[in-house]
Amino acid sequence: MTRARQLVLGPATVALLAVLPLVVRRDDVLNFLFLVLLSITLAQSWNIVAGYAGQVNLGHAAFFGLGALTTRTLWSAGTPVLAGMAAGAVVAALFALVIGAAAFRLRGAYFAIGTLALGEILRITVGNVLAEVSTLPATTIAGYRLANRYYLALGLAAVAVLAVAVLGSSRLGLGMQAIREDEDAAEASGVGALKLKLLALVLSTALAGLAGGLFAYYHISYYPAHPFSPHWTFDSLLITFIGGVGTVHGPVLGALFYVFLREYLAIRWVDFHLLIFGALFVAIVLLLPGGLVEAVARLRAFTRRA
Amino acid sequence: MNAFLQQLVLGLLIGGLYGLAAAGLSLVFGVLKVLNVAHGQLIMLGGYGAFWLFALWGLDPFASLALVVPGALVLGVILYGALFGWVVRAHEETRVKNSLLIGFGLALALDGAAVRLWTADERSITTGYAGAVFEFGGLAVPLVRLASLALAFALIGGLHLLLRRWRWGRAIRATAEDWEAALMTGIDVRRAYLLAFAIGTALAGAAGTLVSVGYSISPSIGLEWTLKALIVVVLAGLGSMLGTFVGGLVLGLAEALSATVFGGPYREVVGLVIFFVVLVARPQGLFAR
Repeated sequence: MTRARQLVLGPATVALLAVLPLVVRRDDVLNFLFLVLLSITLAQSWNIVAGYAGQVNLGHAAFFGLGALTTRTLWSAGTPVLAGMAAGAVVAALFALVIGAAAFRLRGAYFAIGTLALGEILRITVGNVLAEVSTLPATTIAGYRLANRYYLALGLAAVAVLAVAVLGSSRLGLGMQAIREDEDAAEASGVGALKLKLLALVLSTALAGLAGGLFAYYHISYYPAHPFSPHWTFDSLLITFIGGVGTVHGPVLGALFYVFLREYLAIRWVDFHLLIFGALFVAIVLLLPGGLVEAVARLRAFTRRA
Repeated sequence: MNAFLQQLVLGLLIGGLYGLAAAGLSLVFGVLKVLNVAHGQLIMLGGYGAFWLFALWGLDPFASLALVVPGALVLGVILYGALFGWVVRAHEETRVKNSLLIGFGLALALDGAAVRLWTADERSITTGYAGAVFEFGGLAVPLVRLASLALAFALIGGLHLLLRRWRWGRAIRATAEDWEAALMTGIDVRRAYLLAFAIGTALAGAAGTLVSVGYSISPSIGLEWTLKALIVVVLAGLGSMLGTFVGGLVLGLAEALSATVFGGPYREVVGLVIFFVVLVARPQGLFAR
């Protein structure tokens, strides 16, 4: 897609989605779109560190969970929700800095399994310490407006997509992609690999923390360990790879496709989507590493030739 | 004191299964340089295989090993042909990373399939002798778990001999050492890969069967067992199957210790912490022999 078309299409889509709640007054539609927007934000945040910097972080749920935990705690204590979300992002990013310094001693698949273990440590610990379900107070439930959550999700998803678009073509983003392709070669050409990887991780986890805050703002009651579940990481990974890893549009397309199919399948068969997406994911890794974005590009090239 | 010793005995008993679970993963990783994160799901499938044989035909779970292990061997051949055989063509670093992704997709698909086939309920095989206990100096040793530990040891010992004495076992070890040199001495490296992967899957099947007798299985145990196996591999390093078995026992003991010191819910955490610390402390030398 050309830059000019992007500049028109992006804002147009956001504007359309912003007007939607005024026209379509159905909670199920808004809830569905909320899930898509939350997934876009979370997948896009994972895309920064994994798609651009090439570091497959399998502990991403930990940062989503930290954002949710911080926001929920502060919000329940009377802090405005936006301030709580900002604090959640800061906590997630600080934690990322601390563990990133250690975890980035690991490369490739070792980084992946190391972060997977970290995520599980956090999930189990939070589940043990905070075993009680977290429910909003009755007064908050009485004043619950779905539209507020929807607009916040829309804003956050727009920020996430914009952030990746700007980063992808920036000098820093190019450095990250150089690390992804070959870390030693990148170092040799003057790219400070560790600094850039940490920057990617901090950006990624801050966004994930914000998404976690949104989760805490949206759900009336949930177990505090739930947002730490590895399924949030797996969702982000599947969405990003199915859509197109390391691209701006990939996670957007992927999220729409994934959430739609998951919710559609869940009506009839619980957990059946895992079977389909697992198989689809394997097929994409083996046959179509560029995901849906590449498929669309190939189709276009094919029709143009025909 | 007695309760503490009892914990240690139980830790040692499950540690044998950790060792068996890790042996398959270690073999596959050491030989193919393929990190199969769906290994825990293969264990889960082995458990359900034994469960089905017991529920449908009333077959004794220890006897069903004779069917589950060959079945898993065939599954290993299929999985290698369909998925992992494609990955081994790549360079080592891409190979590890792509295999991780493929194993991950496979794990999710198997999780989903298991829920469809067997529901999300927790299952366990309860035989007539399930409650039998062997008393020893005031300690109770469940017989089924003791038999499982002995079987795990026998299987790992058998694998050890197979890798030392059998022609193809030596070929597998040569391939693990240096596949290019192995290729030059006339070893069919692809076949050694296939064999190692199939044997690894068969070991997972055996481990799953033993888990379903002494413990319990559900479609969601895959990730947990993959992590246990990874922890043991990190502790024990690659290259020695007997070392892997000892690594499993150490993890079982460490879990029992931490359950006593920090309380039961934290037993899973200690292994993961050890795993992360060892991994970060020895990022390069870790999987080296």
